[in-house]
Amino acid sequence: MNRAILLGIGALVAAAAVAPALPSYPLTLLTQVAIMAVLAMSLDILLGYTGLPSLGHAAYFGAAAYAVGILATERQAGFLTCLVAGVLLATVTAALFGLIAIRATGTYFLMITLALGMVVWGLAFRWVSLTKGDNGIAGVPRPELPLPWSLSAPLPFFYFALVATALAWAALGTLARSPFGLTLKGIRESETRMRALGYDVWLHKYLAFVISGAFAGFAGVLWAWYNGFVSPVDVQLVTSVETLLMVALGGPGTLAGPALGAAMIVFLKNFVSVYTKRWLLILGAVYIGVILWAPRGVLGALRSQR
Amino acid sequence: MTLEFWVTQTFNGLSYGALLFLLASGLSLIFGVMRVVNLAHGSYFMLGGYVGLSVIWRTGSYVLALVAGALALAVVGIAMERMFLRRLAGQTLGQVLMTIGFALIFQDLALLIWGGDPYSIRPPSLLAGVVTAGPGRFPIYRIFIIVIAVAVGAALWLLLDRTRIGAMIRAAVDDPEMAQGVGIRVPRVSLGVFALGAALAAFGGVVGAGFLGVYPGLDFEILPYAFVVVIVGGLGSLPGAMVGSLLVGLLDNFGKALFPELSYFTLFAPMALILALKPTGLFGRA
Repeated sequence: MNRAILLGIGALVAAAAVAPALPSYPLTLLTQVAIMAVLAMSLDILLGYTGLPSLGHAAYFGAAAYAVGILATERQAGFLTCLVAGVLLATVTAALFGLIAIRATGTYFLMITLALGMVVWGLAFRWVSLTKGDNGIAGVPRPELPLPWSLSAPLPFFYFALVATALAWAALGTLARSPFGLTLKGIRESETRMRALGYDVWLHKYLAFVISGAFAGFAGVLWAWYNGFVSPVDVQLVTSVETLLMVALGGPGTLAGPALGAAMIVFLKNFVSVYTKRWLLILGAVYIGVILWAPRGVLGALRSQR
Repeated sequence: MTLEFWVTQTFNGLSYGALLFLLASGLSLIFGVMRVVNLAHGSYFMLGGYVGLSVIWRTGSYVLALVAGALALAVVGIAMERMFLRRLAGQTLGQVLMTIGFALIFQDLALLIWGGDPYSIRPPSLLAGVVTAGPGRFPIYRIFIIVIAVAVGAALWLLLDRTRIGAMIRAAVDDPEMAQGVGIRVPRVSLGVFALGAALAAFGGVVGAGFLGVYPGLDFEILPYAFVVVIVGGLGSLPGAMVGSLLVGLLDNFGKALFPELSYFTLFAPMALILALKPTGLFGRA
């Protein structure tokens, strides 16, 4: 096992150990970190491993969150229905968008994913009869599980989110180390060479896109339960941009890095909001700073020093 | 669906397309020379509108607002290109990501300076009013936008196709290394094009503030329109930007009128169709 995995497991265990002693505010922040880590890792499969910079990742996250929000409030849907419907909607959205986006590379890919992401935002914002528009869907209940603890309390929900994150990390890590993941890395390094070796480059990129969307959807399901509220904010461009920064900040292509980046962004965002409303200003400055001085992210910078 | 509906919607679509052309032509030009998609381009549009608004408040002059908006954002564009983007020359993804950082900063700064209320610029009385002809009623301001866009389009075409500067720009687009080799200062051409693109977007922002208004979030709302225009038309192509703008303007207007709840969606279908048939856009080159 490499050091990043050991560190990641250490972080999960440490978080689980300190959680009971934490007051509610830090605990909710840790819960946010866990969920955002799933979203950041899902984007890493595309950006870090396959080399496809998606700027519309909030679309799958938000689609799943809306599915949960609508089903849980209007149909009183339970745990399994919400989970399956949310992930399924995200997967189908990604499968549809992927057909369009995968034809493009580089900058074109970035623009197309951004435009497609805005389509989902437009639907969330304007399809008022379904999504309640700008007001959002409030009062999304957390699911009832056959457990001795109710998930409506912060601590049990934190452990729930932590387990979900660990599972997602294990699944994505296995995927990244599998022959499929290695092929994705090969495509990132040289598409033409992989094609010459006989790999179906389009299919691999497309599957990476769909898998990435499915996991973003998983994060979206967790987010809807955590937040109890779904609104166009969850699908807006800034959410996609924040996710991309989590990956860039932590170190693309490392999984643990983007999770670390998610922690940094969540803590920074909440820390900043105590003192000022100028979050976007600071987010933009961090963006420019990372690109100028740490283009391979924090983990990348640490690795190159060894 | 009366004849009046079709005439009015077609006219509205054309005038919206004309506005989009002002925005998208600059985006396309910048891409052509620098291979960078500027994600702060919607911000230039919004900031142009805000600068124009402030100038109108101070002076009451619409013409001055147009000039000031365009000049102010040309300066911003020059500073951004010189001080930041150039440091990442050759790293396209890094440059694009950096423009996102600027877009976020610009959005927040605009909120800080101009607040969260929506404003609109009232066109001068010369451009107010409506012309009635046959079944349609045509606001003079929208006619003015079409005239402006046609004039800008013609000027850009003359500049690119008929002048020495245009030849230098085209050379830099086709082959930057060869252009540099024959003595064209490509970095300076890039800078000029970047400033021109920013000025055009800001000019569009001032014009657009007359009927779209200017409000926080306008930047990220208008940016995908510009993207769809250049994706459909083909990046780096002026005719592509023209045709793309008109298509997107018409589609968006009819989409909004016929399926109001799915309005953003009506942009997406044609983009998908065109990409499926021609991935580089209608006028793009591979």
